[in-house]
Amino acid sequence: MQPTADPGATPVPLTAAQRAAIDVAIAACRDLPGALLPLLHKLQEQLGYVPPASIPPIAKALGLSQADVHGVITFYHDFRTTPPGRHVVKLCRAEACQAMGCQRLEQHVQDRLGITFGQTSADGAVTLEAVYCLGNCALSPALLVDGRLQGRVSKERLDRVLDTCVHDGKEAQR
Amino acid sequence: MTAVKVFVPIDAAARSVGADEVAAAVQAEAKRLGVAIELIRTGSRGMFWLEPLVEVATAAGRVAYGPVTAADVPGLFAAGFLQGGKHPLLHGKTEELAFLKRQQRVTFARVGVVDPRSLRDYEAHGGLRGLRAALAMAPAQIVDEVMTSGLRGRGGAAFPAGIKWKTVAQQPPGQKYVVCNADEGDSGTYSDRMVIEGDPFLLIEGMLIAGLAVGADQGWIYLRSEYPDAEVALMAAIDMARREGLLGKSVLGSGRAFDLHLRRGAGAYICGEETAMLESLEGKRGMVRPKPPLPAIAGLFGKPSLIHNVMSLAAVPTIVEKGGAFHAGLGVGRSKGTLPFQLAGNVKHGGLVEVPFGMTLRELLYDFGGGTASGRPIKAVQVGGPLGAYLPPAKFDTPLDYEAFAQAGGMLGHGGIVVFDDTVDMKAMARYAMEFCAVESCGKCTPCRIGSTRGVEVIDQIAGPGPQVALLRDLCDTMTHASLCAMGGLTPMPVLSALDHFPEDFARGARARG
Ligand SMILES: Cc1cc2nc3c(=O)[nH]c(=O)nc-3n(C[C@H](O)[C@H](O)[C@H](O)COP(=O)(O)O)c2cc1C
Ligand code: SF4
Ligand code: FES
Repeated sequence: MQPTADPGATPVPLTAAQRAAIDVAIAACRDLPGALLPLLHKLQEQLGYVPPASIPPIAKALGLSQADVHGVITFYHDFRTTPPGRHVVKLCRAEACQAMGCQRLEQHVQDRLGITFGQTSADGAVTLEAVYCLGNCALSPALLVDGRLQGRVSKERLDRVLDTCVHDGKEAQR
Repeated sequence: MTAVKVFVPIDAAARSVGADEVAAAVQAEAKRLGVAIELIRTGSRGMFWLEPLVEVATAAGRVAYGPVTAADVPGLFAAGFLQGGKHPLLHGKTEELAFLKRQQRVTFARVGVVDPRSLRDYEAHGGLRGLRAALAMAPAQIVDEVMTSGLRGRGGAAFPAGIKWKTVAQQPPGQKYVVCNADEGDSGTYSDRMVIEGDPFLLIEGMLIAGLAVGADQGWIYLRSEYPDAEVALMAAIDMARREGLLGKSVLGSGRAFDLHLRRGAGAYICGEETAMLESLEGKRGMVRPKPPLPAIAGLFGKPSLIHNVMSLAAVPTIVEKGGAFHAGLGVGRSKGTLPFQLAGNVKHGGLVEVPFGMTLRELLYDFGGGTASGRPIKAVQVGGPLGAYLPPAKFDTPLDYEAFAQAGGMLGHGGIVVFDDTVDMKAMARYAMEFCAVESCGKCTPCRIGSTRGVEVIDQIAGPGPQVALLRDLCDTMTHASLCAMGGLTPMPVLSALDHFPEDFARGARARG
């Protein structure tokens, strides 16, 4: 599970860039019927996550209670309330991928990066998330890396994926 | 000399094993050699063990090469593949491949054949005939054809479509919706994805016809977020349909309006359940609604809504074009038409098999699937997604029809078939079924929310027959009978089928994974 925001805690204040991203998401979605999901997607596309401090302005713009917005964010697996690593690897752990040994891939990430589902590697390169079926069940095991689907993922192939995440030219910026 | 047509799939699964790299290599090599080609990106033919599958249009028809890597491409040109030349990767004429030839593709007739980004290509291959026919019919006539067809919902519950159409059509005029369930959450299924990526206008046409029949001028599509490529494909098709006057204020100049909204899910399996999907479309948590009211009477935003799976809607254009009787003439018993089965998991020839209902599971697994990918014996298959039963080889002669499957203690669901070899630990699979239910439960009712977590704990304590097994059966009984929806209600199906058919796997304690 994702660590979720504690509604009682004071959230980290928003940066100017985050405020701007929230304004963009609100402007793009506020007039849609059932606007909250598209709005949250739009925000997360820009920031990589939904900062807890964005709840009050979103609630106000849509005329919802803060509890409503918080409830939606925590209900859906897609929405993160903490920043992800530079790359997000979503490893499928559903049946067809299990039939082709996806547990070995999960173990391999654990061995190599010391992380399990919902965690980010210490170097900030990779966040590993569980996903339940990517529709690539005839070429299982499968994963999504930054939205790009991979199939027939062997340990070697996974290593190549992780290599490109870890050595992406941004290692030093930490 | 005219350019030779070369086809490379743009389907997400084909791309996941290098189709884009192959397409780029084909372009580059053609340029280097100075030969004229027309590269067309299509959907997938659904023979995934051959992906990336490259086809070339020759005088004798399309021929297939696969699985092709970018490194193979210069060799293919050298072997004269643009004329269908001999090469170790050549399989001959695509249509003659046994895997395709034995199928009866109705819904999938165009998938892998046409350019999904061209409405013109869609029409050139028989598209829009159903819609044109529907525009000349009275709404009640369209509903009658769907009734006659015997079409049952392909999303899992197999409810007769005609009855829903009639109910929505009979609601007083006013705002109504057609809602397409493209949440395709079941492991082992990808037919919705393949149609959306490979023939998106088919879905649009099906929704348009449904709108005409029930009096809805808006359609909503709920597409899972796990399908980014499908979203791009569908958005592009909707944009083109608007530009070409297929969608909008006057559909094909008829004066009747219809437009589509595309919404992305957010990674919740339960949002495939139709009422949870409606909540999600309304921007709320995906909590299951009690029924009644039926969505056909009070659905999306409280308005009458015709909700269907992608495959159900994709069957509609043919039903209207060729008549309900054509559809009813395929299949067996009360299972009419064809079902696009999806072979998945540990299977040698994984892919899409569209056949009329009635073939046996064994034929599908061996004649099409060719047994396991690992070469080991098949121990179990799960049919119908994560809420479907695990079946042992003794049940493989069950005919693939809804009633026969129910009788065998299973369900066909959305037609996904996941194959496991003899290394699978069925107790671990039973445990996973409970765990999945715990992760994905909407939390509205106790048997499902608490029962699933309890189920994991109980299974962990099982080491042979005894009180823990009895406890598990009790728990499953409660979940089956006291859950509000099929999430909690059917999770016992994989659990108990594993227990009943593979008791030996429950005879020992936890096994090391790996
Ligand atoms: C837990 C659960 C998940 C479901 N997931 C899906 C799904 O992903 N896609 C789908 O079409 N139907 C799904 N269904 C079935 C829908 O509730 C509904 O029956 C279907 O969308 C109706 O369309 P149809 O008549 O064309 O099958 C699910 C049902 C349950 C209980
Ligand atoms: S059975 Fe589970 S998913 Fe269905 S309503 Fe109850 S808690 Fe929600
Ligand atoms: S089960 Fe992993 S892609 Fe479908």
